[in-house]
Amino acid sequence: MFSFCTDPSTLDTFRWFSCYLTTGVHMSFYISFFKVLLLLAVTAPVALGFGFLGAMAARATFAPIRWIGKTYIALVRGVPDIAFFLFFVIALDQGIEYVRQKVLCPDWDEPIRQGNDFVVCQAAKMPLGNAAQWVHETYGFALAVFTFAIVFGAFAANVLFGAMRAVPRPQLETGEAYGMSQRQTFWRILVPQMWVYALPGLSNLWMVLIKATPLLFLLGVEDIVYWARELGGTKTPRFTDYPHGDWRMWYFLGLLVFYLCFTRVSEIALDRLMSRLTRGQATAGGEAQRKAPA
Amino acid sequence: MKRILITTAVIAVSAGIAFADSHGKTIRMGTEGAYPPYNFINDNGEVDGFERELGDELCLRAQLTCEWVKNDWDSIIPNLVSSNYDTIMAGMSITDERDEVIDFTQNYYPPTASAFVAAAEGVDLSGGIVAAQTATIQAGYVAESGATLVEFATPEETIAAVRNGEADAVFADKDFLVPIVEESSGDLMFVGDDVPLGGGIGMGLRESDAELKETFDAAITSMKEDGTLNTMLKKWFGEDTTTY
Repeated sequence: MFSFCTDPSTLDTFRWFSCYLTTGVHMSFYISFFKVLLLLAVTAPVALGFGFLGAMAARATFAPIRWIGKTYIALVRGVPDIAFFLFFVIALDQGIEYVRQKVLCPDWDEPIRQGNDFVVCQAAKMPLGNAAQWVHETYGFALAVFTFAIVFGAFAANVLFGAMRAVPRPQLETGEAYGMSQRQTFWRILVPQMWVYALPGLSNLWMVLIKATPLLFLLGVEDIVYWARELGGTKTPRFTDYPHGDWRMWYFLGLLVFYLCFTRVSEIALDRLMSRLTRGQATAGGEAQRKAPA
Repeated sequence: MKRILITTAVIAVSAGIAFADSHGKTIRMGTEGAYPPYNFINDNGEVDGFERELGDELCLRAQLTCEWVKNDWDSIIPNLVSSNYDTIMAGMSITDERDEVIDFTQNYYPPTASAFVAAAEGVDLSGGIVAAQTATIQAGYVAESGATLVEFATPEETIAAVRNGEADAVFADKDFLVPIVEESSGDLMFVGDDVPLGGGIGMGLRESDAELKETFDAAITSMKEDGTLNTMLKKWFGEDTTTY
C-alpha cells in the first residue's frame, strides 16, 4: 500500500501496522463488512415484505390461502435456523439447476443423480461453470439473502399477524360505519395503525437479524467472521511478510465492538421511529405524548 | 456426455478423448486455504502454496482453464459432489473411506508421516487429550488410539488448543507442523514417533468425472517423469522431503 512497505520486518510498530492493516487480505476483510451491511439492507425490507404477505395470508378469509400462511409461519419458525439454512440453500441451488437442466438440455439422457454426485449439463449450471468468480460469489450471496428473508419473514409474519389483531376493533368498526369496504378498512385504518403494535416485535427481530449475520459463513459467503478467523490465526514468516502469533482474540474483539456499535445505533433509530409512530395513536404511549406539554 | 462415454468404451480408454468435453469449460479448483504450506491465503488475499503452484502447472499441461475456489474443510466433499466446483486440492490424503464417496487421481504427494506436537516432553499420547482437525485421517487415528480426541474445524485451532493447554498434543501432517515448531522458539516440540498414514495426497474428483481424472492423472504422470514435481516438493517442503 505505502512505499515503505517493501520490507516490513525493518519497520517500527506504527509503520508496521499501517502496512499490515492495508494488505490485500485486510482489504477483503473490510469489504466483508460491507457485505454484512448489504445483507442487512437487502434482507430487512424483503423479509418485511414476506412477513406482510404471510400475515395477510394467515388472516385471509379464504381457507386454502390461510392454510398456506399459517403453514409458512409454523414451518419456518419451528425449524432451527442452521438446519433450515443448510438444507434450504442446497435444495434451492439443486432445484434451480434441475429446472434449468429440464429446459436447456432436454436431450440429456444421463441420470442427474449418479451415486453421490449431482451432475447436470454444462449449460444448466448456475452460474455457468466458466463465469467469473464474482458471479459465483454474487449468486451465493443472493441465495443467502433469499434464505435469510424467508426465515426472518416467517417471524415478521407472526409479529405482523399479532399486530393486526391488536388494532382495537372499534377503529375498524368506525371505518365500516363510514361505508368503507373491507379492503379500504384494511389499507386505510388497520395497516397505518398496526405498526405501533408491530414495532417492538420487529425491532427485536432486527436485532436478532444483525446478530445472525455470521451465519453467512455457514452458507459459504466469506463474511467478517471468516476473515477474522483467517487473519487472526498464527502466521509464520515463511508464508507472509507480516508474521504474528494467535491474534484471533483481537480480531473477534473488533467484531464485538462492531456489532455492539451497530446494535446501539439501531436502538437509537428504532426509539425515534417508535415515538414517531406513537403520535396520535389510541395507545398508552400516544396518550402520554398528547398529555406532555407541547 | 453419453456419446463421449460410448466412444470411450468403444475405442478403449484414452486420455485424449477426454478433452472433447473439457474444452471451453473452466475447471473450478476447490481448496481450503488454511493449511500452509499446502494451501493458504497470502498477503494479497489469493490462494497460494504448493497446491496452487502445482494445480496451475497441471492445468497448463492439460490445457485447461482453471479457477481457484475457497471452501470450508467440513463441507469440501459435499460441495464437490453437488458440483459447486470440480476438483479438490486441499492436502487431502487418499483413504478408502473417502474413495467410496469421491475419486482420487494418483498421488501428487508421497505417503507421508503424521506427527505429534506438544508443549512439553513426556505427554501421554495414548491416554491424554489429542487435538486433530475434524474429518481428517489424523482424527480417525487418534480416535482409535485410545487417547481422548478433541476435534477442531481448522488446523489453526488445533495448534491453539495445544498452546492454551486445552489439549496435550496435536496430531497432524508433519509437513504442516514443521514450520510451526520451528517458528515457535521452543514453545512447541515434536513428541513420540512419526506415524505413516494414508496413501499420499491426491486430487479429489467426482466419481462421474472419469475423463477429468484421466486428464489430471496424465498431467501428474508427466510432471513426475520430468522431475518438475520433485523440484516443486523441495521448494515447498525443504530438501529433505520425500520425493518421487
